[in-house]
Amino acid sequence: MQETATKLLESKFPVLLEKFKDSILDATDFRGNFTLVIEPSKIRDMVRFLKEDSLFRMDMLMDLFGMDYDLFEPPMPERFCVVYQLVSLFQKQRIFLKVYLKEDAPKVDSIHDLYAAANWFEREAWDLFGIVFEGHPHLKRILCHNEFVGHPLRKDYQSDKYQPLRTAITAKEF
Amino acid sequence: MNIESEIKQSPNPPVTKDPLLRLNLGPSHPATHGTLRILVGLEGENIREMQLEIGYLHRCFEKMAETHTWNQVIPFTDRLNYCSAMMNNVGYVKAVEELLGIEVPKRNQRIRLILCELSRIADHLVCIGTNAVDVGALTCFWYFFRERENIYDLFEAACGARLTTSYTRVGGLYKDIPEGWIDWVKKFVKNLPRTLDDVEGLLTTNRIWIDRTRGVAPISKERALEYGFTGPCLRATGIPYDIRKTNPYYDYDQFSWNVVTETAGDTYARYLVRLGEMRESIKILEQALEDVPGGPVNVPDWTITIPPKDAVYNSIEGLMAHFKHFMHGIRPPKGEHYSFTEAANGELGFYIVSDNQGRPYRVRVRPPCFAIYQAFPEMCNGQTVSDAVAALGSLNIVAGELDR
Repeated sequence: MQETATKLLESKFPVLLEKFKDSILDATDFRGNFTLVIEPSKIRDMVRFLKEDSLFRMDMLMDLFGMDYDLFEPPMPERFCVVYQLVSLFQKQRIFLKVYLKEDAPKVDSIHDLYAAANWFEREAWDLFGIVFEGHPHLKRILCHNEFVGHPLRKDYQSDKYQPLRTAITAKEF
Repeated sequence: MNIESEIKQSPNPPVTKDPLLRLNLGPSHPATHGTLRILVGLEGENIREMQLEIGYLHRCFEKMAETHTWNQVIPFTDRLNYCSAMMNNVGYVKAVEELLGIEVPKRNQRIRLILCELSRIADHLVCIGTNAVDVGALTCFWYFFRERENIYDLFEAACGARLTTSYTRVGGLYKDIPEGWIDWVKKFVKNLPRTLDDVEGLLTTNRIWIDRTRGVAPISKERALEYGFTGPCLRATGIPYDIRKTNPYYDYDQFSWNVVTETAGDTYARYLVRLGEMRESIKILEQALEDVPGGPVNVPDWTITIPPKDAVYNSIEGLMAHFKHFMHGIRPPKGEHYSFTEAANGELGFYIVSDNQGRPYRVRVRPPCFAIYQAFPEMCNGQTVSDAVAALGSLNIVAGELDR
């Protein structure tokens, strides 16, 4: 972690610096959005801590989505990224968590058992970016149809590519 | 050959009996208000299992936004929640403006606030009206749709379009409101409470309406938070979370109004919250219309908004700014920003990423419906199909926003 990030964390949430010193890779505060970059293997611990700790009490998972930094300049640490947005109504606090995932096999642990909202959000991130959430009970396409090949929001997917659905889904496959 | 082996060899072996009766609703069904497919498993008349399939209205909003300039994304946002397009326009441009680090003039802010509250009323009118139609009360629908037409007349006078407005621009508006428009809105706001009273008299204490909605598809506070509920559906469970109060924008904190909450969390509570919110919106509008500030509506920076035609035709700077604007577009600084507003259904968030080009690198919409609809099977467990229809109307699931 860089020195500016350590200082920011120290001034805002010294508890996190104490507890998760090794798993927090970076911390930024841009236009009022406080963002932490987390080591992918530690995301479940981090989310659970933020949810259960009495100081944070993040009671809502407001959003979860994927990102593809393939064409971004300057290059980001890894190509794929998952952004988690946690909100505490009690503390009136919002925290963004980011995990960067490798290009060849992007996968991260699922948090569907910590927040019920994560179920569909994770399915969406898998559908549109091909990010695998390990431990998810029902990881199948949600917005695209079931014959769809590829992941449309990846930067290497042509925006004018057309994939019509050939057959309708029967009640059995549903 | 005995009968059992004969059955085994037959080309159509007997189907093992499913204990539940499977019933398919949608994707094109009058009670779904859009393309939603629901497969229910019934035991007798009660729903024991429910599977949802969405995506029938998926139009790649997020992908298309990456191939258009920042201002060209605005017409796409109309098609998110098409019942209240104005609020989506405002939510998107607010995100881009905050990333640019600019503040729009006071007059612009006030016009946006008035339009937002008018569309909130229009959205709630549609929601309650169609919800009542779903359970068989057609009268309220006509009462409400008359007022909704009046709101669309106001939108038409302001921007020329009724449903898909595309009124806002980054750093400004498409054009200023016409003369006399404020008085027109005042007249509308004065007449609206009568319609609300009429419908309230028809529904709130109506025995049939109460029987059909009270205790139908309830959800507790804790589960609503787990699922990421926002907006009227969350406030119906008793949590007073309203972004207009917690993170006020456009001077919402300068008016006196209340957050409407109920505690039951059922269909009837959601109806009461929406009805109450319309009355609060009227309060806000009455105060906001009193002193609409004068002055320009656009930011004077010509790299963000287009210069006035006068300057384009008569000065070289204006002409250059005009061409630069339409050939390269605006270029927000590198960075990522999340901006959120209180839309009719809840928190509408835009997470935008800029790499300092004329096009967004990524636009992510946080649709309120998506989180709410996920809880639908849990809410309907043990209820009848007709209750599920009443509940679906009260959640106000708009497929355009759900599938993007």
